[in-house]
Amino acid sequence: MPEITSRRGLLFGTAAVSAGVLLAGCTSNESDDEPASNDQPAADDKPGKQVTIGFAGPQADHGWLNAINDNAKSRAKKYKDVTLEITEGSNDTAQQIGQIETLINKKVDVLVVLPADGKALTQVGLQAMRAGIPVVNLDRIFNSPQAYRCWIGGDNYGMGLNAGHYIGEQLKDKKGARVIELAGLDNLELTKQRTQGFDAALKNYPNIKKVARQAAEFTVESGQAKMSQLLQAQSNFDALWNHDDDQGVGALRAIEQAGRDDFLMVGGAGALSAMQAIESDNSVLKATVLYPPTMAASAIDLARALGQSKGIGGLAEFEIPSSLTLYSAVVDKENVKTYLPTGFK
Amino acid sequence: MTQPVSPPRDEIPKLSPQVEPSPWRAVVARADVRTLSLLGVLAALILIGGITKPDEFLDTRNLQLVLTQASVIGVVTVGMTFVIISGGIDLSVGAIVALASVWATTVATQDFGFVGIFFTAVIVGVGCGLVNGVLIAYGTMVPFIATLAMLASARGLALQITDGNTQVVTVDGILDLGERDSYVLGVPPLVMVFAVVTIIGWLVLNRTTFGRRTVAVGGNAEAARLAGIDVRRQRLYLYLLSGLCCGIAAFLLIILSGSGQNTNGNLYELDAIAAAIIGGTLLTGGRGTIVGSVLGVLIFTTITNIFALNNLQSDVQQIAKGAIIVAAVLVQRRTASTT
Repeated sequence: MPEITSRRGLLFGTAAVSAGVLLAGCTSNESDDEPASNDQPAADDKPGKQVTIGFAGPQADHGWLNAINDNAKSRAKKYKDVTLEITEGSNDTAQQIGQIETLINKKVDVLVVLPADGKALTQVGLQAMRAGIPVVNLDRIFNSPQAYRCWIGGDNYGMGLNAGHYIGEQLKDKKGARVIELAGLDNLELTKQRTQGFDAALKNYPNIKKVARQAAEFTVESGQAKMSQLLQAQSNFDALWNHDDDQGVGALRAIEQAGRDDFLMVGGAGALSAMQAIESDNSVLKATVLYPPTMAASAIDLARALGQSKGIGGLAEFEIPSSLTLYSAVVDKENVKTYLPTGFK
Repeated sequence: MTQPVSPPRDEIPKLSPQVEPSPWRAVVARADVRTLSLLGVLAALILIGGITKPDEFLDTRNLQLVLTQASVIGVVTVGMTFVIISGGIDLSVGAIVALASVWATTVATQDFGFVGIFFTAVIVGVGCGLVNGVLIAYGTMVPFIATLAMLASARGLALQITDGNTQVVTVDGILDLGERDSYVLGVPPLVMVFAVVTIIGWLVLNRTTFGRRTVAVGGNAEAARLAGIDVRRQRLYLYLLSGLCCGIAAFLLIILSGSGQNTNGNLYELDAIAAAIIGGTLLTGGRGTIVGSVLGVLIFTTITNIFALNNLQSDVQQIAKGAIIVAAVLVQRRTASTT
């Protein structure tokens, strides 16, 4: 992680310097030299045209999805010009299709959809787009780019990558370091992507070997069960990456029950309980890699900008991007205070 | 009795009244052979575990681990075995465990500490069992449907209570019970509860009128009724018993995972039914043993353990699990029919 930040910092630094040089090169008067694109109508906090946003998500049966709903609602409340039509969440494809069709019939201005199953809901996304309602596809991506105007979501591969880099940096001076992985539900594609990212990052550190991997099911119960088996199987290892903080509650219980503290643990997703544990620094959990539920708030921002035909502030374009992949930041003791408000229960 | 209960074909001659004592002995003898073959399967698994991972598998800590992991589903399976022997089924066990664990870990309940959590879990379990029992015994609903309805509503209620959040337990007395310091002579408290439930279950089934009535109702409900057994009340008690076991299991799960979550007890119904069936309990009722069911649970837990120790992934685990269920049942049937 520190390496990544610094590289990023370097990029920004270089960009700033060159921009400065550019400005200095062709300027005599600062105010004249505002780039033309700064006049583009960007969505800001000032009230604009009224926008009705329809929001359809899956059933909020765990903390992260719950946080998605909360983020969407509170962001919509912030804007006087936004009316949010939110449907009862459902994991049933047929039911969710019905709900989205209802929103289309109500002629909402923009749709924000977090599909229970991206592939299965592609058709209804297409239907909305054809009806002239732009769709902001949240996280679980539709099959066809024609089914959405803008996709915004997390980066599962990047999550694994950053977890791997963080662990790699912590262990880089250790010879023959051993790492284990507690994955999430194995029949989900996102679990595979996270593991691929993790493995790719670890390849940069020839001294580190991944010695075991077991998949839990995102639940506390399965986290406890699988972690206790892993601990029994591996009597010594140096680091553990757990894909999900919800199952991490169980994993931490198993670690405590086994009386182990001889390794460092990195979590995933960014639950409040994990961040609190990182802050108090009294367990093996030293960091967690985010999969930020704030993406729902950003999706509302994007939908509002779409409805008001504006771009987004800070970018030069006249319209919002077609795709936004969020960064999976590593939260550790140094920066946990900043991220604590985004932690979900 | 308005509910049609067809007696299983192979049971009819044995339960005919005029040859009362000898078939009983035959059932017992057959159960013993089944139990022996299960022990054989377990021994084979232990051999595999011991060969592939001698250091990690043949270890006191691993034995403690396997038994601890078996205790939650084990307690559920004891209750389920009674229900299945009586010719019924309880599909709601997983959902009841979820609801009980969630209800017992709300902030309000946690204020009452250890005792509050324990009694809430048990009362919620028994309460759900009562609803099941009344619907089935007095509402004459088919057990499959009544408990399926309970599955849906209990899961829904659990979700409503938690709002999808994970309820972390902060009561020290509860958390301590899962840790090594509280092991008595190397036996984890959870395993003790499992053992006590198993022993009581065995005694009730084999040494009490209640147990004999359960078998009779499952063998032939109409005959049982004619023999003077209050079949309805018996059924009510059985679902209460299953609910009670779920409540206890939920309490164990709270200790184990240090939390209550609406996803708890996922697919317990299938695990418990599978363990009972492997253990020789007849899905049509009238026959089954507690020892067999517990061995079934231990076989499953040992398989999971061996796979995890060998770092096999979940796809392989699931395929092998299915194959082993089929193999265990086939082996059992062979040994049972050749004697």
